[in-house]
Amino acid sequence: MGERNYMKLEFSSKSTNESFARVAVAAFASQLDPTIEEISDIKTAVSEAVTNAVIHGYENGEGIVTIEAIIEGNEIQIIIKDSGRGIHDLKTAMEPFYTSKPELERSGMGFTVMETFMDGLEVTSEVGKGTVVKMNKKFESFSTGE
Amino acid sequence: MLKMGGDFLQLILDTIDENLIVKFKGELDHHSSEASREKIDEWYYDKLKKNIVFDLRELNFMDSSGIGLLMARYKMCSENGGKVLIVNDNQNIQRILRMSGILKIIDVYSSIDDALQNSIGE
Repeated sequence: MGERNYMKLEFSSKSTNESFARVAVAAFASQLDPTIEEISDIKTAVSEAVTNAVIHGYENGEGIVTIEAIIEGNEIQIIIKDSGRGIHDLKTAMEPFYTSKPELERSGMGFTVMETFMDGLEVTSEVGKGTVVKMNKKFESFSTGE
Repeated sequence: MLKMGGDFLQLILDTIDENLIVKFKGELDHHSSEASREKIDEWYYDKLKKNIVFDLRELNFMDSSGIGLLMARYKMCSENGGKVLIVNDNQNIQRILRMSGILKIIDVYSSIDDALQNSIGE
């Protein structure tokens, strides 16, 4: 163990796939022998990013969401991409409780959840081109056998 | 009592006095919250209830969409002179509740009976 491992998923931007996406990433991460809490963190962060792509990126319309995950040592990096509308004011979008869609009962906590449950979060977005969310997390309990 | 839901989330609705009891089993995310919130509101208004008790003990996943659902019901009950109460003993669910700040306005109880005792009065 401790070797580099990689996976890529592509799926339609449909809310039914939010569950599929987080379960698939959690299954990939399971080779790092995570605790129940760590797996829950990963699932929640992935769910938030994919939900953002579905609701905000593609506004519930058609599109493709891509997830790539890389395991290196005891760390996982997860990249979630959409080619949707993009975010014009990223700073405001990332503020806790800010939501551009209050009518949909969004809590505005998505990015805050990703930041809290993962070790690192980096978001880049371009209006009309899409959004890329990069997150990483170290699994403290995992020994690389060195 | 009403039971509905697909593979991911089961929603069980019941009423006790002026309280609507909402029990979730499974995964509460954006997808599953959309369908359940309409049903919850329909029961709340049709049956003229005041408070909502959310039983989250059998949820095995909840993200910020669940927080959004709870916050909107809190607003709805407040406007109606009622309150929202949560029953939970699940640590993973408790973590997202805590980080969202919702626990500053909604109290958590360990059983439905406990919550119901606190729903009366004021």
